[in-house]
Amino acid sequence: MNNNLYKYILGIADNSLILGQRMGELTGHGPSLETDIACTNISLDLFGQVRSYYQYAAKIAGDGRTEDDIAMLRKEREYVNVLLVEQPNTDFAHTMARQFLFDVYHLLFLQELEKSKDLNLSAIAKKSIKEVSYHQRFSSDWIKRLGDGTEESHQKMQDAIDDLWTYTDELFHQTEADKAMVKEGIGVDVTKLKDNYYQIVNSVLEESTLSIPKSKYFQKGGKQGIHTEHLGYLLSDLQYMQRTYPNMEW
Amino acid sequence: MGTKNWPLWEIFVRSKNGLEHRHFGSLHAADAEMALENARDVYTRRNEGVSIWVVESKHITASNPEHNGELFEPAQDKVYRHPTFYDLPDEVKHM
Repeated sequence: MNNNLYKYILGIADNSLILGQRMGELTGHGPSLETDIACTNISLDLFGQVRSYYQYAAKIAGDGRTEDDIAMLRKEREYVNVLLVEQPNTDFAHTMARQFLFDVYHLLFLQELEKSKDLNLSAIAKKSIKEVSYHQRFSSDWIKRLGDGTEESHQKMQDAIDDLWTYTDELFHQTEADKAMVKEGIGVDVTKLKDNYYQIVNSVLEESTLSIPKSKYFQKGGKQGIHTEHLGYLLSDLQYMQRTYPNMEW
Repeated sequence: MGTKNWPLWEIFVRSKNGLEHRHFGSLHAADAEMALENARDVYTRRNEGVSIWVVESKHITASNPEHNGELFEPAQDKVYRHPTFYDLPDEVKHM
């Protein structure tokens, strides 16, 4: 088994799985019927994408584990998603800010992954780009609406951006698996996405009359499996059915 | 903020090129752009459409059901207004 490729795929898929679970938490709890459905749609798009990644990872692992085993039955420290996506739905401003800060990265990443030498990854990226373009349009729109809205909505969005900013730098950290895959022409060099990322994010923030956080202190660890306290609670929801009724199927 | 609730919008979806837009339902949105995005998520997530129109409901002028008698009943006994007296060739469908 190509261990680096397997780890590399999990690095991509775990981000979408955990963010998809967060958005799925809003099912029936969104701020309005329309936004509820929109958030659930985003969640389903992400889950659709992770199925392709985990199926591919299961094939590479070749040890009898299925996509569900990989998605549902790992321990907290074995998830390698970035810290950003596991942050809770504190309020709708936080939910949209988290989505936006990830979407901008996600789209830039997929546009590069589409050029991968690995045809499976390239095909998944190609299929996902349209979905993620819409996610970015949706979340950017909400950043602008709330940022450039009322005094209260502006403050809430500014707070959300300030809170989550500290998790953005980790998106551009390279793991060992990343480096190995970049060398083989399979992986994306995330360090090269950084300038473009902050340029896009900053221009949306400016348009939204929000200030760009100045803090230079950034959190990291998710890519190494060291998570914030929020992931454990999320996983206990996500894994409940598989843990309680092993091998259950719908 | 004048009101707490977003205004209501009527949603029209064209399901295929060549067909007309049909009324699909209504939803709430703060403005036209949001109405389009909401309509996309609420009404076209199962591949129902290729084009969406949104119109704020207040711009629709509706006939009053109380006037149905004078508006519609006079047409009921005028069957000659239906083109049912022609012999149609079998090849012509959808008439």
